[in-house]
Amino acid sequence: MMFGENDLTALWITLKLAMVTTLILLLIGTPLAWWLARSRWRFKFLLEAVVALPLVLPPTVLGFYLLIALGPHGPIGSLMEAMGGQPLAFTFTGLVIGSVFYSMPFVVQPLQGAFSAIGQRPLEVAATLRASPLDRFFTVAVPLARPGFLTATVLGFAHTLGEFGVVLMIGGNIPGSTQVVSIAIYDHVESLEYGQAHWLSGSLLLLSFLMLMAVYALNRRFVVVKP
Amino acid sequence: MSIEAKFYIDRGDFSLDIALTIPERGVTALFGPSGCGKTTLLRAIAGLEKNCVGYLKVGDEIWQNDNKNLPPHQRPVGYVFQEPSLFAHLNVRRNLEYGLKRLPEAMRKVSLQHAVELLGIGHLLARKPHQLSGGEQQRVAIARALAVSPAMLLMDEPLAALDMIRKREILPYLESLHRELDIPVLYVSHSREEVARLGDNLVLLEAGRVQAKGTVSELFSRLDLALAHGPETETVIKATVAGYDEEFELSYLDFSGGRFAVAGKRLPLGSAARLQVLARDISITLERQSQTSILNIFAATVDEMMNEGTAQITVRLMIGSVPVLARITRKSATDLGLQPGLAVYAQVKSVALLS
Repeated sequence: MMFGENDLTALWITLKLAMVTTLILLLIGTPLAWWLARSRWRFKFLLEAVVALPLVLPPTVLGFYLLIALGPHGPIGSLMEAMGGQPLAFTFTGLVIGSVFYSMPFVVQPLQGAFSAIGQRPLEVAATLRASPLDRFFTVAVPLARPGFLTATVLGFAHTLGEFGVVLMIGGNIPGSTQVVSIAIYDHVESLEYGQAHWLSGSLLLLSFLMLMAVYALNRRFVVVKP
Repeated sequence: MSIEAKFYIDRGDFSLDIALTIPERGVTALFGPSGCGKTTLLRAIAGLEKNCVGYLKVGDEIWQNDNKNLPPHQRPVGYVFQEPSLFAHLNVRRNLEYGLKRLPEAMRKVSLQHAVELLGIGHLLARKPHQLSGGEQQRVAIARALAVSPAMLLMDEPLAALDMIRKREILPYLESLHRELDIPVLYVSHSREEVARLGDNLVLLEAGRVQAKGTVSELFSRLDLALAHGPETETVIKATVAGYDEEFELSYLDFSGGRFAVAGKRLPLGSAARLQVLARDISITLERQSQTSILNIFAATVDEMMNEGTAQITVRLMIGSVPVLARITRKSATDLGLQPGLAVYAQVKSVALLS
């Protein structure tokens, strides 16, 4: 048997987590990146620094603060309880929230770069051709930033796949509910089950490599000669 | 539909303070050195310039005043930028259709077909922008701006980014636009040649202020402006094609001061043309020469004179009501006893037919 039942569940949870996280990040990261690319607000750098924090922060630190915030005594956890829900620590939703913060820079930065690279001109042209601001965004900015979207999607997805520290802190490693592949691998190694660790590690390695390869290959094709 | 514009912009190191009325027909050239504010003025009219206080009335419609400021996409202008700025993700046809599609059916006056024909880009429709030459891209950009049936066309140095050969390729198209369009065109340029060929009216800008305005012929021949004192000083004369001499292949062109005979190009009878005469190609005599190879000799009056350096002098002559500049040596002027009011003859050695 290549994968145990728990391993398959862990794989599924990992993929689900990466997909949901990427989707949410594209939804909130796009307007954020757009704003960061175009705003001339003098304190913009503060927000940029906050977005970039997960790049340098030990995941356990981020996980620790999230655990406190999402737990029953934390601001978000108690808010959830007050609204009749559950605290979010040790739940899949909690994992998603943690992953969104953790992978934020991997989505926002490529998008911000792509939006900045477009420059003001194509949007001004579109404005003189009667396109409203929203129209310009969807018909000019988004298509021209396509390589950025591809990079952001794949990096966000792949980075979430490899998440360990944050998940460990706020997920609690509950098999079947919050145990993801990276932690399952750790458990296998701890129990000296090297065979299963190999299968899971190999799968993640292959998946990540294929996705990154696809990004670089496609982005090369997207490069259009600038007029 | 004349345009009344008044703009005030203060950016610390640069300020623009301009009030002008732009005539409803023809090409008004905004001319001046770089940094004089001509592009900023154009952008302000299109609504692209932020933080600009002003008043803009086009025909009977207010586009901008203290209480109102139409955003750029609600101003019916066509804008041609210095670089073609085609949308890289769309082919030529879809670039052309971009603006057209956003225009209500009732407001489509210029058909795509017409715009395509005017600029001669029918064979390029399926291509992507990066497959076009710079000149072709700019022609597509001009057609794209026309396809929105604009109430006015704003052109920001559309030829500046092109080399000489591409410029020559596009100029004829611009000239035909000039003949065919009945909307005002604002044309930003720092090239005398383009202004001479395309402009009807001229606004001279200097450090964000209007220095002078008038017709091209008028301002090109005003001795108090720097325009009259360059090495390539020329006069532009508007004329009408009056006939053609088959035997000698000469066109006859009438202007209010007389008739020019010009070799070459045959133009349709009655069509408008512009002639360009370089100041150094005009010589002055006190009596009409009869035995000479020069075809174009006109009775003129000396209007004004100004020294050009130490050895030369620029003389403003009036041929009828048309001002023409002549550049001669100071010695000749002294020998002939030239002074304002004197009746003379202007011999035009060579004249160029611009369109």
